[in-house]
Amino acid sequence: MSATGIGAPVRRKEDFRFITGKGQYTDDINRPGQTYAAFVRSPHAHAVIKSVDASAALASPGVVSVLTGQDLEADKIGGLICGWMIHNKDGSPMSAGAHPALAVGKVRYVGDHVAVVIAETFAQARDAAEKVMVDYDQLPAVVDMNEALTGKTVIHDVAPNNRVYDWHLGDKAATDAAFARAKHVTRLDIVNNRLAPNPMEPRAAIGDYDSGQEQFTLYTTSQNPHVARLVLSAFIGIAPEHKLRVIAPDVGGGFGSKIFIYAEETVCVWAAKKVGRPVKWVSDRTEAFLADAHGRDHLTHAELATDERGKILGLRVKTKANLGAYLSTFSSSVPTYLYAPLLSGQYDIPAIYAEVEGVYTTTAPVDAYRGAGRPEATFVVERLVEVAARELGQDPVAFRKKNFIRKFPHQTPVIMAYDVGDYTASLDKAMEMADVKGFARRKRESARKGKLRGLGYSAYIEACGIAPSAAVGSLGAGVGLWESAEVRVNPVGTVEVLTGSHSHGQGHETTFAQLVSDRLGVPIDQVAIVHGDTDKVQFGMGTYGSRSGAVGMSAISKALDKVIAKGKKVAAYAMEASEADIEFKDGRFSVSGTDKSLAFGEVALQAYIAHKFSGQELEPGLKEGAFYDPTNFTFPSGVHICELEIDPETGVTTIARWTAVDDFGTVINPMIVEGQVHGGIAQGVGQALFEGVHYDADGQLVTASYMDYCMPRADDLPSFDVGTTSTPCPSNPLGIKGCGEAGAIASPPAVINAITDALGHEHIAMPATPQAVWLAAQRRLPAIAAE
Amino acid sequence: MYAFSYHQPKTVRQAASLLAKNEDGKILAGGQTLLPTMKQRLAAPPALIDLSKVEGLSGIELKGRSLVIGAMTKHAHVATSEIVRQAIPGLADMAGLIGDPAVRNRGTIGGSVANNDPAADYPAACLALGATIITNMRKVPADQFFTGLFETALEPGEVVVKVAFPIVSKAAYAKFRNPASRYAMVGVFVAKRGSDIRVAVTGAGANGVFRATALEEALKKRFSPKSLDGISMPATGINGDIHASPEYRAHLITVMAKRAVTAAIGK
Ligand SMILES: Cc1cc2nc3c(=O)[nH]c(=O)nc-3n(C[C@H](O)[C@H](O)[C@H](O)COP(=O)(O)OP(=O)(O)OC[C@H]3O[C@@H](n4cnc5c(N)ncnc54)[C@H](O)[C@@H]3O)c2cc1C
Repeated sequence: MSATGIGAPVRRKEDFRFITGKGQYTDDINRPGQTYAAFVRSPHAHAVIKSVDASAALASPGVVSVLTGQDLEADKIGGLICGWMIHNKDGSPMSAGAHPALAVGKVRYVGDHVAVVIAETFAQARDAAEKVMVDYDQLPAVVDMNEALTGKTVIHDVAPNNRVYDWHLGDKAATDAAFARAKHVTRLDIVNNRLAPNPMEPRAAIGDYDSGQEQFTLYTTSQNPHVARLVLSAFIGIAPEHKLRVIAPDVGGGFGSKIFIYAEETVCVWAAKKVGRPVKWVSDRTEAFLADAHGRDHLTHAELATDERGKILGLRVKTKANLGAYLSTFSSSVPTYLYAPLLSGQYDIPAIYAEVEGVYTTTAPVDAYRGAGRPEATFVVERLVEVAARELGQDPVAFRKKNFIRKFPHQTPVIMAYDVGDYTASLDKAMEMADVKGFARRKRESARKGKLRGLGYSAYIEACGIAPSAAVGSLGAGVGLWESAEVRVNPVGTVEVLTGSHSHGQGHETTFAQLVSDRLGVPIDQVAIVHGDTDKVQFGMGTYGSRSGAVGMSAISKALDKVIAKGKKVAAYAMEASEADIEFKDGRFSVSGTDKSLAFGEVALQAYIAHKFSGQELEPGLKEGAFYDPTNFTFPSGVHICELEIDPETGVTTIARWTAVDDFGTVINPMIVEGQVHGGIAQGVGQALFEGVHYDADGQLVTASYMDYCMPRADDLPSFDVGTTSTPCPSNPLGIKGCGEAGAIASPPAVINAITDALGHEHIAMPATPQAVWLAAQRRLPAIAAE
Repeated sequence: MYAFSYHQPKTVRQAASLLAKNEDGKILAGGQTLLPTMKQRLAAPPALIDLSKVEGLSGIELKGRSLVIGAMTKHAHVATSEIVRQAIPGLADMAGLIGDPAVRNRGTIGGSVANNDPAADYPAACLALGATIITNMRKVPADQFFTGLFETALEPGEVVVKVAFPIVSKAAYAKFRNPASRYAMVGVFVAKRGSDIRVAVTGAGANGVFRATALEEALKKRFSPKSLDGISMPATGINGDIHASPEYRAHLITVMAKRAVTAAIGK
């Protein structure tokens, strides 16, 4: 391993820029003649718009224009789309209501976009936005999914019971038969709490229109600029793709919330042409809470059937998934194809049947958020397994091991074909690192101080590297999920890699450069990673679902293969040898059996001066591209162990130790991977203990600021013990599985399993706030007194 | 934020006359409460009168049996002051629990008492320690100063100049932080001066900071956490929100009071 190659903990190349304030985020960009947009947002959860009177706003100082949904319609601008078609049990398509970028006729959640005010300054735009008079006829809010499904209040006419779809996966008859045979059935009702994504950088957009070239440019906070361009062109109809450039510069975190194509950027880019000047919008934190797509929000009834020895026979799940007031870009797929196929977890489960209802409510749209569907599935499986072991009086570790999948490949009853893994290896290593043997002693020590100590396991699996295009196409996806790359070698041997992946915290400028440095033998600082601009990178599907390593780097790897192959041809001419005799190693092309060799940079120069060969024999230049379409998902897995202490007097939970052992296959940069795991655990602990979006019965968002929405902080967390095991992924050239979401997927059930272990009963929901834990501990106290 | 005029007086007298001249004008101290509310357009004072250039408003000194803290003294200064640590260590500890380092290095004692946020920490300290709030017009005992939610005895044009704390034999603060905001969800300040025992509760009362007389009576018998065993505070008049029900907050009052007494005995 070289100091900068694959496997080296290289310091992040991009960090100097970020920590010295030299990053270029969308809000750092200003266009000449720029105007500012402020959105008029609905104060009501559900209302008919009777009229919009913009006259006072238009008369307000500095106002350039006020635009509404009628103006969008008049310009034939289409609504926002949901790009994944889900079918009901009976085969009919889901019921998707229209999603105009500016409301037409009705508003459906607090924060819904009613109009945009464009002015000379941001303050003037906000002042004028307050003067837009909207006459509303209020309708009842519907926040609760069960209430929504009664259909008493209808949010979209196309979905009479507010049911978007009624979908299922798996073999119902086989699963029912397994339950009929079961010796024991474990039943759980589970709430997977709604989360607000909270990237550090709020969303922003600048629309720009060049009337000379008839060319639009959109600067925006996107995880996938090409997908944004595709949707804005092909579906929303802003401009054809060759007339629309989308630039996603430095982006400060996304966690999924910046995958989607939102109303604000659509309006900014459209309005730029209408007002003839660039239009900029920057979200404030309140708007982010109101209108960034939220995550999770499931109600689930889950059952696990076991035989007399504790072997799992079947799993049955009924989930209601809150999709909010409109279907966001990928929302329909999250509680279906990103959820139910993971319900086998690490276990050999012969029969699984899942039913999922997608539900409209008068709340912000819900879509993918770090882990997207997989945390929800893992929570169901790992809670069920833990509780089943407890009910059967079996050790949760032994119960898990007994049911682990041990032979690979393994076809689950819910689509997925696991390729490799060694679940026992991660579990054993994690138990060793967590000193599980010493837990009983630590529990006694806690008890002496009046504290309740608990230990919780989570053995997770997830599906990353999304995804084989043919597979997702057959499941309803509107796009293919390959990735593209182009490697441009300059005449001096420096390298530019253009990638369709997008870095917004993941460190691609470092890890991708490590791959190039490793393969071509060029120093890492001579490699530039170019991303985030549709005019530079030809196409790409972007970054989410822990796909950039497994899919994005595989595309780069393929392009590098082609560069080396072409380099060999050039070297053969340059050294007057046969191409078959050229070897490439450690950055040098050499003629085997001789001492003749050329450095990579020398060959690059030969390729560009082209003196040694004619264009008929070989094209000059050294630039190769590749598209990589994965053949399977990748399956990162691992075990997290949470040990915590509860103060029964206050309900405060303190995490004492955290052990994570993950199998990510090949690790490119262990430092960056560890950072991804740390962040993921923090977010997962956030979900388990702190975070929760709360709407009141009128549909008002109570948690609209950090005064009420509780984010995990550094001092809420212990130092993490992070280790890895590795079974390299066989389906991609690098053996990478992906690490971006694992922490957030693994950790919530580890926390709740530890809390319930400490309390001695299962009656606690996320977030397990001090109040919730205190209440739960009240049930436990008489039992303790009796002990 | 809406537009406003900005004034920078050099003396308290100038500040007071500017307040008198600018109807609905507001004093700006550390800005940690006022500026966020203005940015969110929840407050729109037409004038801000910034106290940062007024001489002599910041500082900590011992005057006889009193610890006197200037209105513009920052929380961080109180938290780290040797004088405070010697005189009333529980007060220094309390100041160190306010917000985060940025807030403590901007926010002031005068701003905190004038604002009387029902979840703020200083009001509990003032009430339990029997502080006197000294303004440009008069001296107001803490018992009469905090009159309700964000309400104080301050008259229009009145400026808090300093706060005087009598030195007590034992005092400590126990704070149960709101998990999200980290303001007090329940904060209990306990102080003992001779036979006088005062217990003040912030974060919990539907009407702001209050004295828990039932706890004071129990502690008068013996200043020990055990004296509070079995005393449950009623949930009536206690706040409920998404973070804590009135019952839970009421329960926490006793728990935090015990912890404060334990800490006070240890000092
Ligand atoms: C993130 C955050 C966390 C916080 N956490 C806590 C916490 O845990 N506990 C806590 O107690 N507080 C907390 N605070 C509030 C903080 O302590 C503030 O400093 C305090 O509430 C107000 O003080 P200030 O100097 O900033 O006053 P300002 O915001 O400048 O003023 C507040 C109000 O008081 C008036 N005022 C200010 N000074 C005077 C004066 N001398 N005479 C008369 N009127 C005056 C102003 O006109 C205004 O109405 C927090 C604040 C933030 C932003």
